[in-house]
Amino acid sequence: MTPSTVGLGAAEIAKLVRSKQISAQEVAEEHLALVRLQDPVLNSFLQITDDAAIASAKAVDAKVAKGEDPGELAGVPVALKDNLVTRGFATTCASQILKGWRPPYTATVVEKITRAGGVVLGKTNLDEFAMGSSTENSSFGPTRNPYDLNRVPGGSSGGSAAAVAARFAPLALGSDTGGSIRQPAALCGIVGVKPTYGMVSRYGLIAFASSLDQIGPFARSVKDAALMLQVIAGHDPRDSTSLESGVPDLLSDIDGGVEGLRIGIIEELIDGVAPMVGSAIAEAANSLSAQGAKVEYVSVPAVRYGLSAYYLIAPAEASSNLARYDGVRYGLRVAGQDMNETYISSRTKGFGPEVKRRIMLGTFALSSGYYDAYYGKAQKVRTMIINSFQKAYERFDVLLSPTAPTTAFELGAKAADPLSMYLSDVCTIPTNLAGHPAMSVPYGLGENEMPIGVQILAPALGEVNMLRVARAVEKGSPLIRRKLFWE
Amino acid sequence: MAKPMPSEAANEFIPGWEMVIGLEVHCELKTRTKLFCGCTNSFGHEPNTNICPVCLGLPGSLPVINESAVELAVRIGLSLNCKVDESIFHRKNYFYPDMPKDYQVSQYERAINENGYLELPLSKKMVRIERAHIEEDTGKSTHVGGGGGRIHGADHSLVDYNRAGIPLVEIVSAPDLRSADEAREYVSELRAILVASGASDGKMEEGSLRVDANVSVRRLGSEEFGTRCEIKNLNSLRSLVRAIEYEAQRQVELINSGERVIQQTRHWNEDQGVTTAMRSKEEAYDYRYFPEPDLVPLSPSDEWIAEIQGRIGLLPAARRERMASLFASVSAGSTLDQIVTAVGLGLDDLVVAAVECGADPKLALARATNEVASDIGNLSNLTVANFSDLLMMEFESKLSATQAKTVLSKMLESGSGPQEVAKSLGFEALDASILEGLVDQVISGSPKEWERFSMGEDQLSGFFIGQVMKLSKGRADGKAVTSILRSKRA
Repeated sequence: MTPSTVGLGAAEIAKLVRSKQISAQEVAEEHLALVRLQDPVLNSFLQITDDAAIASAKAVDAKVAKGEDPGELAGVPVALKDNLVTRGFATTCASQILKGWRPPYTATVVEKITRAGGVVLGKTNLDEFAMGSSTENSSFGPTRNPYDLNRVPGGSSGGSAAAVAARFAPLALGSDTGGSIRQPAALCGIVGVKPTYGMVSRYGLIAFASSLDQIGPFARSVKDAALMLQVIAGHDPRDSTSLESGVPDLLSDIDGGVEGLRIGIIEELIDGVAPMVGSAIAEAANSLSAQGAKVEYVSVPAVRYGLSAYYLIAPAEASSNLARYDGVRYGLRVAGQDMNETYISSRTKGFGPEVKRRIMLGTFALSSGYYDAYYGKAQKVRTMIINSFQKAYERFDVLLSPTAPTTAFELGAKAADPLSMYLSDVCTIPTNLAGHPAMSVPYGLGENEMPIGVQILAPALGEVNMLRVARAVEKGSPLIRRKLFWE
Repeated sequence: MAKPMPSEAANEFIPGWEMVIGLEVHCELKTRTKLFCGCTNSFGHEPNTNICPVCLGLPGSLPVINESAVELAVRIGLSLNCKVDESIFHRKNYFYPDMPKDYQVSQYERAINENGYLELPLSKKMVRIERAHIEEDTGKSTHVGGGGGRIHGADHSLVDYNRAGIPLVEIVSAPDLRSADEAREYVSELRAILVASGASDGKMEEGSLRVDANVSVRRLGSEEFGTRCEIKNLNSLRSLVRAIEYEAQRQVELINSGERVIQQTRHWNEDQGVTTAMRSKEEAYDYRYFPEPDLVPLSPSDEWIAEIQGRIGLLPAARRERMASLFASVSAGSTLDQIVTAVGLGLDDLVVAAVECGADPKLALARATNEVASDIGNLSNLTVANFSDLLMMEFESKLSATQAKTVLSKMLESGSGPQEVAKSLGFEALDASILEGLVDQVISGSPKEWERFSMGEDQLSGFFIGQVMKLSKGRADGKAVTSILRSKRA
């Protein structure tokens, strides 16, 4: 039997808790029970923090009892990607190199969620250090897609996406460096948002590629995603790249409709996608037109170079960000005869193959004599992409594309071919290079009856329009939903 | 900017050769907190107590620039006549246990201060400053076991991260220096500028100033530079001079024996007085510099720079001028040397204030640069009033020069006033009649000497002064004795 609050959205749960119709503790217990029962198959959680969850749920209930405001996420269960640091709780990045490390501090976003009454259930699986598109690169085993256990949930935030899709929590946090929120959201049939670079503090997010990383929400509805983004957004004095501009009200206009909005479908990102994915985008566009938007095709030529530029810039930054895992201060230490040997043994044992591949790529791209040809050139392409988007945004309020070129693929299908894996992020990467916001909204089922995601892109700080369009896409989307593995 | 002057004969250390020296001086800024976090910037605490996730580079932590570190860096730039401009941070990547992130945040392509100069006070030589950029300090390693405190051969190493993230400005000179003495003069003038600008406490012994020297040699008259070696670990002016002289000598001997100098980084071994190879150019790190994505560019506004300019106190050159104005004329020589020393040690305010209270400038300068300088750690025990009172007592012959020096030393030790100290030492000036009585006593005891002195053997005055001193147990003033002797002879 399905428990009473499992499957409800975040806003509904918060309302029930605030109006004392249900206690936050009951909500937490129901969700934790489902996780205990079903997650061993799915492997979406790396760590379930039951005691802390119950304690923070009780704290919410105590506030409600005293008549204090428990916050907009009162009693809402939240799952955290395990690259967000949590004081006293292991934070692994799904890597062996962080074995045994317990952070002495908590990420800003996690503090904000707790302050808003959110109840953290645990830490979710990911591709090691967020490098991957299927969650198969986790050193703790892959997460599976909750609609078809033989398929991947996408990645790198596959654990968070699968947990939300599987009703383990109505909300989760992920991080998106090249599509790591949007692509798994698409593959798991839920909503995922990558905000404007700098809108959400990165303090406490273990860096993959600092100039591209951004934290964002997963939810099963556009409104819940907006609710969570509203909670985590805002300036943080501990992050120099955090924007000082205030955060607009993301929810009040969300049902404002798309009448008169100009929406462009990115031609370059339609080419070569799976047939049913392509037709879903066309249907979504028709639905938006029917709701009053002006939809046209637009060419954004520079997005074609996104993938190449990304695979120089992201590994370059990663090679430096991941240098600190050297066996000296924390995490795995494999002692050698001398210092160099200790470095080499610790890193050889601690990092998986994809992480090593990217460290080597990045080290090479920054080497003296190659810098200009690789990293320097990639930065120029990045500027080109920004300019190309800017030109498109002179004519359009938001842009539209598929989130991923295919629906969820089978486990192991791309594991042996890194390049084909990299290609699954071809639609999402350009946004990260530009620093713009983008999100994925589910739109029916495609190949193998797996979910399709529509990507909505907006210029920097264009979240309000983006969410309005997303809400319109959601309203117009087919009602068909596939059964979960446990249903 | 004038080109450096051609080397002078005086700089020739080995006939026919000259040194070419460029210095990199790392200066710790005296901010309250570290460069990128709120940890205390201080020296001498228990290891690993001034640390936090940011300066430990823990996963997920991010740097935020300390505005007062930027201000002090700008003060340094303005004091060294640099162009202060928009700048960015880079990461310098290399593995070392005392670097928490295994990269150092530094400035590479665009430094906050570029293209300045410093004028050496004695030779008036202009030394070009290429840049003075901001960077974070590393932790401190202690290698236990093995030889010489170095990592090679050590049993284990201890790392203290209290120093990690302390703000530094690295001041890079052009290769304009031509002798070890010039290098010393440059560093001591630079130190005086850093202290006067308020940027640093200038304590070399605590590592607040650390010097790396790039040294090469070439035949006199040659325009080309020789192959250089970089010497690390120069933590005092004495080490700087010794290391440069040793290294230049080594290079000349290599070339004279038909070998080549290999470009390398060398370590100065203070105990053995030698430099030893650390790593050659082939083994040099590829630092893989790239722009630090976690920080935004520094863009100090013109208004802010002007405000900072207004907050910089008198710099050494102006301080020397102020001191020189106390004297009728200052030519090169001992007074100029003393002025340079006084300003270099930060004793000029004391001298000027004492003179304003009526003290004799020459005496004030002499006592400051000798007795006060030799116990500068106790400077806080000396008030201007006490110092000028002492100078007046000496000037009015209430104390002999020897007594005044002793009294001053005790004043620095104890913080007491000169009258009190003089009294406790029994240095109260002898009454003129008592002194005359003592002189008479000596004359009657040494009739032969007195006769010779009366005949004009002036050198015997020393004998009489000595005798009077002995009788008075050192309380007599030599000058007063001389004048009594002269009056008696006439």
